[in-house]
Amino acid sequence: MADTLLAERVLERKDTRKKILDKLAPIILSTAVFLAISAVAALLITVVTQGWSRLSLNLILEYPSANPARAGMRSAFLGSLWTVGLSALISVPLGIAAGLYLAEWARWKPFRRFVEFNMANLAGVPSIIFGLVGLSLLTYGLGWGRSIIAGAFTLGIMTLPLVTVAAAEAVKTIPEALKQGAYALGATKLQVTRHIILPNSLPMMMTGAILAISRAIGEAAPILVISGLLFIRQDPTSVFDRFTVMPLQIYNWVSRPQVAFQELSSAAIIVLLLLLMALNATAIAIRYRYQKRLVL
Amino acid sequence: MLAKRIVVEREPVRVGDGGAVIEVKDLAVRYGKKYAIKDINLKFERSQITAIIGPSGCGKSTLLRCLNRMNDLIPDAKVEGKVYYRGIDIYDHTVDPVAVRTVIGMVFQRPNPFPMSIFDNVAFGLRVNGMKLNKTQMQEKVKDALIKAALWDEVKDRLDAPAYSLSGGQQQRLCIARALAVDPDVILLDEPTVSLDPISTAKIEQLLRQICYDYTIIIVTHNMQQAARVSDYTAVMMPDEQMIGRLIEYGPTKEIFTNPRDKRTEDYISGRIG
Amino acid sequence: MLLSASSLSFIAIVVIIGTLVIESSIFFGHVSFIEFITGTEWTVLFEPKKFGVQPLVVATAITSLIALTVAIPVGLATAIYLSEYAGPTVRRIVKSTIELLAGIPTVVYGYFALYFISPNLLMPLIEGLGVHSALAVGLTIGVLIIPIVASLSEDAMYSVPEDFRLAAYSLGARKMDVVFKVVLPAALSGIFASIILAFTRAMGETMIAAIAGGFRVFYSFDPREAMQTMTSFIAQVATGDAPHGTVEYQSIFAVGLLLFFVTMVFNVIALLIVRRWQIRY
Repeated sequence: MADTLLAERVLERKDTRKKILDKLAPIILSTAVFLAISAVAALLITVVTQGWSRLSLNLILEYPSANPARAGMRSAFLGSLWTVGLSALISVPLGIAAGLYLAEWARWKPFRRFVEFNMANLAGVPSIIFGLVGLSLLTYGLGWGRSIIAGAFTLGIMTLPLVTVAAAEAVKTIPEALKQGAYALGATKLQVTRHIILPNSLPMMMTGAILAISRAIGEAAPILVISGLLFIRQDPTSVFDRFTVMPLQIYNWVSRPQVAFQELSSAAIIVLLLLLMALNATAIAIRYRYQKRLVL
Repeated sequence: MLAKRIVVEREPVRVGDGGAVIEVKDLAVRYGKKYAIKDINLKFERSQITAIIGPSGCGKSTLLRCLNRMNDLIPDAKVEGKVYYRGIDIYDHTVDPVAVRTVIGMVFQRPNPFPMSIFDNVAFGLRVNGMKLNKTQMQEKVKDALIKAALWDEVKDRLDAPAYSLSGGQQQRLCIARALAVDPDVILLDEPTVSLDPISTAKIEQLLRQICYDYTIIIVTHNMQQAARVSDYTAVMMPDEQMIGRLIEYGPTKEIFTNPRDKRTEDYISGRIG
Repeated sequence: MLLSASSLSFIAIVVIIGTLVIESSIFFGHVSFIEFITGTEWTVLFEPKKFGVQPLVVATAITSLIALTVAIPVGLATAIYLSEYAGPTVRRIVKSTIELLAGIPTVVYGYFALYFISPNLLMPLIEGLGVHSALAVGLTIGVLIIPIVASLSEDAMYSVPEDFRLAAYSLGARKMDVVFKVVLPAALSGIFASIILAFTRAMGETMIAAIAGGFRVFYSFDPREAMQTMTSFIAQVATGDAPHGTVEYQSIFAVGLLLFFVTMVFNVIALLIVRRWQIRY
């Protein structure tokens, strides 16, 4: 009798409600995924349908103008290149140095935790705050004015945590055996860092750098605070020139009531997104190319 | 509850009374095209401890996971052949794999209590099985399970403490208590002491000897001394030339260890393989 | 040398706090702190000047909370689906799509709010709604922060060891039980942290508020109104090129300090949650 009772337990279980919910759950959940993805789709479709017709090389060859038919964003494009390029010169070497130190040299755990804590905090500070600090310290404090270099420094410090974290992660992926091997041959810590760690982790560090650059290219708020909203009709010639960047040019056009400017802003967004996609593709390509080389 | 526990008068080694609880017929498991085990035929006797031994990669754990349909959770695992539990084919489409697991419980290699309190760990199975229990009944059930798992005296004053505050051996006994709480008939243990120290291991082995009167226990181990110490029956598995796990010998533990029929068994238990 | 490089983050935080405090102290030389915190009128850019920051704070709170009501359900559901239900291919594709979403500049989201969400989604639904509204800002920021909730929560759930799931299944749990009674509670601290981080991100978001929120300061709790947030006020003053040293100029630092303080508190809470509750599996 016990046997049949036990056997019945295998066959029967009264939780029909749960069973049905079990079947429904993935459907309900994937609706949310669909919602999130359709948001991206709606965004891209809006941009492309509005801006497609306005897309031409003139967009980056012409200066801004009150006449939307002739307006371009040459000064903003160049301004972005200057500012972001300069900011990378600041964030990439500093970030890699900090990442190296964190992962390889800082053995004292409380210190490492402290630095990581600060970095996470810094990453959570609203970008516009960086703009305020840049405005106060660089523009007026150091007398750099509302210049490219003030903007670049601000962006550089802002994106520093991104590079640092990526660099530290890159160093951690290097197999311990590889380092031990070098130490066993009598290499000093500096030599190991220079000949083993740096060359092997560089590709991954570069993806971190690209991440930081993409972030800097899209950033509008801190630059807005530092440079204001400007109408510039000349190319930058020095780092102390006043400047504008692509996201600000887009902001300017978006805020105007005329439909022609709306189209113009859509076209500018397409250019900006293409640029970001190219950067991302580079990062992925680098990651993919070097990923499999470090397996011992 | 179920009037199911038949206390069997048993001697340490004894051919079963003919009451096979689980019967495995022509069982094979493949992952994609590659077979992991093949041609397994075996009967697990009621109220006995059966050990499955063999070198790493011989498919011991795979076989064990077939017995309560845990292989269903591995995406490309395919089970062929039959597994009967008290006469019912548990791979039949009318059988609910979730219900099977409430009757055939499992304990894993690494102690894996949930990140909850000791009490909630034991109560988990009761709650998800939709048992309508009031607070006192629940407490009773949890207490019973902890007593059976020989853990009650050590934790009765701190049932609300996180399970992770326990030592490794205690955690594993908590996992056993958790499995016992849902009132299973068969308990599968997959190398339950592999991550434990000798003292904790001894406690668990002693515990298994205590509860085997009420349950049918199947234990996978690659520690031969353990198999010899705790089990009544032993199944020896060995991979063949194509690395497919096969059952090469099965019988009362005493015979396997003193008088093995198969040359490979002899080599294995004397330490020449593995 | 390396030591100083890694201390930069700490120095940066100190510098940020120092700068904001010094610049704000000039502002508080003109305006009493009590008036700033308790006042309900903010008319810095015209006469008579009033410096009650509450309208900006309320607008920021409303838009951020709307954003959370969008991002929490969608983000969490996405995370659960990806971590527990989706196959590896779907997971990879959706995850990279969501990361794509996270990489889009916020000015593009502002455009999206003004030219898609407002006219195509909200205005047909709600009568009398203008192009600029707190609702449009909140919804769009919500879309912006979905990736934060989804991605960080998914990381937290995905890193819950398989052991727990197997243990639950072996006790006769159905998938629902495994997901909602084992995985979700185990990942709770990570999920919580992701939500707080998303919230601070929403509060600090500037361009969406500046583009779709309008520049009218209005002390209201009605999300259908156009209202100026703390960030969009800073943006507006910056756009207008307020002369260095004036009260208007100094006021953006006071608002900035308040914003920084609030986001910092939430960030620290999130970080502490992650550290304190982290279970060593």
